[in-house]
Amino acid sequence: MKKIEAIIQPHKLEDVKEALKAIGVDGMTITEVRGHGRQKGHKEIYRGMEYQVDLLPKVKVELVITDARAEEVIKTVVESARTGKIGDGKVFVYDVAEAIRIRNDDRGEAAL
Amino acid sequence: MLRRLLFLLPLVCMGTLAVAQSAAPSIDTRIANLEAGVKSAQSAGDNAWMLTSAALVLMMTGPGLALFYGGLVRRKNVLGTVMQSFILMAVVTVIWAIAGYSLAFAEGSPVMGDLRYLFLNGVGAAPNADYGATVPHQTYMIYQLMFAIITPALISGAFAERMKFSAMLLFTVLWVFIVYFPLAHMVWGKGGLLNAFLGGKIPCFDFAGGTVVHISSGVSALVCALYLGKRVGFGSEPMKPHSVVLSVIGACLLWVGWFGFNAGSAVAASALATSAFVATHFATAAAALGWMFAEWMHNGKPSVLGAISGAVAGLVAITPASGFVKPFPALLIGLLAGVFCFFMVTAVKSKFGYDDSLDAFGVHGAGGTLGALMTGVFATSAVNNGLKDASGKVLGLGLVDGNPGQVLNQAVGVLISWGLAIVGTLIILKICDVVVGLRVTPDQEQEGLDVSMHGEEGYNFDA
Repeated sequence: MKKIEAIIQPHKLEDVKEALKAIGVDGMTITEVRGHGRQKGHKEIYRGMEYQVDLLPKVKVELVITDARAEEVIKTVVESARTGKIGDGKVFVYDVAEAIRIRNDDRGEAAL
Repeated sequence: MLRRLLFLLPLVCMGTLAVAQSAAPSIDTRIANLEAGVKSAQSAGDNAWMLTSAALVLMMTGPGLALFYGGLVRRKNVLGTVMQSFILMAVVTVIWAIAGYSLAFAEGSPVMGDLRYLFLNGVGAAPNADYGATVPHQTYMIYQLMFAIITPALISGAFAERMKFSAMLLFTVLWVFIVYFPLAHMVWGKGGLLNAFLGGKIPCFDFAGGTVVHISSGVSALVCALYLGKRVGFGSEPMKPHSVVLSVIGACLLWVGWFGFNAGSAVAASALATSAFVATHFATAAAALGWMFAEWMHNGKPSVLGAISGAVAGLVAITPASGFVKPFPALLIGLLAGVFCFFMVTAVKSKFGYDDSLDAFGVHGAGGTLGALMTGVFATSAVNNGLKDASGKVLGLGLVDGNPGQVLNQAVGVLISWGLAIVGTLIILKICDVVVGLRVTPDQEQEGLDVSMHGEEGYNFDA
C-alpha cells in the first residue's frame, strides 16, 4: 500500500477531486495548511505597517491506495493539480505498513 | 320612563354648556390656542429628531466603534476590545445620571458646572432655554450622555490589546470627571470659558465636539500609548487586523451615526441641522478619497482599511465645523483631513515609534486639531447666524467672514484641550498604575485578553 500526500493550490482542489473520482478513487482526507517552497509570498500593508506574508494557504490531500494503482493515481493527481506556475505544490509517496478499518477490523488492502 | 329621562337630563345640560362655550371663544383664546398648537408641533418635530439623534450617537459606540476597533485587533483580543467600548455604554450612563450631567452642563464656574442637577434633579419635561428651547431638558441630557460615552471609548484604541480591564474601568471613571466634564462645560456649558454662544471669555466654535470629544480623546490616547509602552512583540510579531470586514461594518455605522452626532447638535430639526448633515457627508466622502489616493500613490495600492480610516478622519475633522461651514469648505476640510491623517498614522507614527495600536491619536487627535483650526477659517454667519451682538446684529464668524482673530481663538481652545488632556491623563494613569496596575502580565498578553481577562473566546470554531 502507498500513501500519497499532495500539497496543492487550494483552487485546484476541485479539479483533483473530480479527476480522482473519474478513475474510481473515492477516499481522501483534506487539510488546510500553510507553507511555501520556492514560491515567494506577498506584501501586505495595514496603515503603513508592512508585513511580508510568505506562508501561503495550501491544501494537503492524503490518500492511501493499493500498490497496483499507485502510479496511475499519482499521475492523475499531478496532472489535475498542475497550472504550470511556481507554487503548484508537491506530491510525496510513502509506504504504508498496515491499514485497519475501525468498523469491522478489516486489514490490509481490504481496509482501503 | 320618567326615571330614564332624569338620567339623561345631566347629559343634555352638559352638552348645551359645551356648545355654549365653543360657540363664541374670544379672539385672544383662539390666538393663544393657535400659538400653543404651533409650539407643540415644533416641539414634537424637534424632539423626534433629537431622540433619533441620541439613538444614532449611541449606535456609534455600540456596535460602530466596537466593530471598527474589534476588527483591527488580533483574533485573541476581539472580545476584550469590543468590551472596552460596550461596557462604557453602562459605566458612563450611571455616572452621568449621578453627577456627570450636572458637572458638565449646570451653570457654575467657567471650568466646571455646579451640582444643581445632581441625580438629574430638575431635569425634566420643561425645556432648558439655553440648550434647547423646544425640547424637554431631559432630551438634551440623554443626547449629551451619548457623547460622554463615545469619547472615552475612542481612547481605548491606544491601549488596546494590553490594558487590564479593571484598570480600564478605573481610568474611564476618573477620566470623565477630570477631563471630559470640565472640557464639555468649558465648550458647551452655560458660562463655560470657551463657549462662544453662552457667555464664554474666549469664544471658541465647536459645533459637535472637535475639542471636547476628538482632541480630548485623541491626545489622551497618545499619552496612554506612551505611558503604557508597546505591546509585547511590537515590531517583530505580525499584528495584522484580524478582520477588516468587521472594521468596514463599524466604519459605516460610524458614518451613519455621525449624522446624529453633528446634525443633532443643532438641537432642533432645523435648516442648520440639514446644513450640518450635508457638511458631514461631504467631508467624509472627500476624506475617504483623500486617504485612498494618498496611500495609492505612496504604497502602490488603495487599501480598504485606508479608505475607511480616511472616512473616519473626515468625520472627525468636520465635527467642530459641521454647523458653521458651507458644503465646499466641508469638502476641502475632509480632503485635507484624509491626507493629513494618512501622513500621521504612517510617517509620523513610525518616525516616533509609539504604539498607538489602533491610531486613536493619528485619527482623532490629529483630525480633531485640524478640524478645530479649520473651523476658525471657514465658519460663516451665512450658515450659522446664532452669534449676535448686544443690539441683535448678526456677527461674522471665521476668517472667511473677515474675522481672522477667530483662528487664534480656535488655537487657544485647541491648546487648552491638549493641555487638559495631557495633564489630566498623566495624573489618572499614575493613579491607576499605583492602585490596580495598568498592564496585563506578558503571559496574559500572549494568551490574549479574551481568555485572560474575560474567560471567553470571540470565535469558537469547534463549538
